[in-house]
Amino acid sequence: MSAISRDEVARVAALARLSVPPEELDKLAEQLDSIVEAVRVVSEAAGGDVPATSHPIPLVNVFRADEVRPSLSVDQALLAAPAREADQFKVPQILGEEP
Amino acid sequence: MSPTDLTRLSAAEAATLLQDGQISSVELTQAHLDRIEAVDPAVHAFLKTMPDRALEEAKAADAARAAGDDLSPLAGVPIAIKDVLATEGLVTTCGSKILENWVPAYDATVVRKVRAARLPILGKTNMDEFAMGSSTEHSAYGPTHNPWDLDRIPGGSGGGSAAAVAAFEAPLALGSDTGGSIRQPAAVTGSVGVKPTYGGVSRFGLVAMASSLDQVGPVARTVLDTALLHELIGGHDPMDQTSLTDPVPPVVAAARQGLAGDIGHLRVGIVKELGGKGFQPGVLARFREALDLLQQLGATVEEVSCPALKYSLGAYYLIMPSEASSNLARFDAMRYGLRLAPEDGPATVETVMGATRWAGFGDEVKRRIILGTYALSAGYYDAYYGSAQKVRTLIQRDFEAAFNRVDVLVSPTAPTTAFKLGEKLDDPLAMYLGDITTIPANLAGIPGISVPGGLAEDGLPVGIQFLAPARADAFLYQAGGALEAALVERWGGPLLDQAPALPGGGQEGGEAA
Repeated sequence: MSAISRDEVARVAALARLSVPPEELDKLAEQLDSIVEAVRVVSEAAGGDVPATSHPIPLVNVFRADEVRPSLSVDQALLAAPAREADQFKVPQILGEEP
Repeated sequence: MSPTDLTRLSAAEAATLLQDGQISSVELTQAHLDRIEAVDPAVHAFLKTMPDRALEEAKAADAARAAGDDLSPLAGVPIAIKDVLATEGLVTTCGSKILENWVPAYDATVVRKVRAARLPILGKTNMDEFAMGSSTEHSAYGPTHNPWDLDRIPGGSGGGSAAAVAAFEAPLALGSDTGGSIRQPAAVTGSVGVKPTYGGVSRFGLVAMASSLDQVGPVARTVLDTALLHELIGGHDPMDQTSLTDPVPPVVAAARQGLAGDIGHLRVGIVKELGGKGFQPGVLARFREALDLLQQLGATVEEVSCPALKYSLGAYYLIMPSEASSNLARFDAMRYGLRLAPEDGPATVETVMGATRWAGFGDEVKRRIILGTYALSAGYYDAYYGSAQKVRTLIQRDFEAAFNRVDVLVSPTAPTTAFKLGEKLDDPLAMYLGDITTIPANLAGIPGISVPGGLAEDGLPVGIQFLAPARADAFLYQAGGALEAALVERWGGPLLDQAPALPGGGQEGGEAA
């Protein structure tokens, strides 16, 4: 039995904000299934008493001095905006209801 | 000196001629721009070149030298930059359609250092989209071709940077290495590449793929040149919270020591798990020769076992996509990059995001985002991401035990030589398997180098990889420099002298194919 079904791919893709066309779902499910099959061996390797490593060389309390420094201007920050209105990013309607 | 001669110089040789006033940076930069114009239509190492700006920078470097300014050792030597590093005022695409027209408002720290040291920037090099791949075939702008055989891959994700130096289009380049993206391209193109210790080189302005694995590093044709570039870009950066506060290791001195044949009583460990089954015979033959040479130089060689490495591929292909899925969430079509309306239905933030991301990302990126989102989702987190992080601990322990016995570990950089373009494109898993030798270093945060080891039975380059303990990058340069010097003497010249001439590239090295 496959680990990842077509429906599962659709659900996860929606979480990842990817609008997958329905005709692509089967191929994706097949590819992801073979990858997950290959990587799931990790669960047999790691017993309960092994601590997790999230960072190879952990550093703690990394802070810069709290000083005023030059930063991006409003125009620089908006340089690559797909749409702009005055000094703000212009975005599509936020809520999904019909306007 | 003819323009062809200028492009054949190493960065160190060019730097000496610049310092002695025998050549100018303008001449040197122009020679490389001409070479790019001649051979890049066939190689496609560059996504974009900036000839006018590069020549202005070269002119400024010459002027600074004439004025007697205190200059960096590499001042005036041109460089290529992987397109994953932000360059102020210059389009930075990461090989993706979603950033097709993105012009950063700032420089990555390493780019700022390169500019401050007055290295003219020739252009931005091609890469797999968002550095995801081992062949550059996942670039949205078409693949780069291996200068040794234009039908083959130049490695990835930094195939553009490796091909640029291997094709004599640039003496130096910057790369990034998340699972081998500097070292594997170096191996398959007969060039040199280094992944420094995690945190040893700033990542500010590097577009992130997997933040606990990504590392910026140097790409060149010789060990000394990579050391010179490493020294220039390394060191603490307050803009990167993962940046180590240590001083840059003495990599240039170590390279020179190695090149002089001095490796002291270097203890070399062969990693049992990184060889044998799945490795091409010609790769293993060159690897064994390298071991013999190291022993002749005075190194002791013993076998070490790192049993957890058999789980490294699984751990990597869970951790990397998990982190990537989170990092790539920033491409949301709101503040920069592509924005597309859905084909039908209302255009809301959510539907615009979904449509843009589907159209703007390529197949491999989408696969990894979905895989990572899956691995992090409720119900699977412990089994996948959690277990992968435990494997990471086991791998670190294995390396720690190994480095109690030896100074460096050695293996082939890649199991095979360059494969044909298109050969593995429809089989992502087959592509991933080639990363088996390089990913352990990223999981453990330790440094690695790939140096040319000769040609396999198919006439294509083989890479030899050294790994060292975290912060001991200098060992890589000492061992790599010693091996390079011994092999170059045996070959009667650098390996790249044996590469075929490129279409448009004139007569050097043989007849144009």
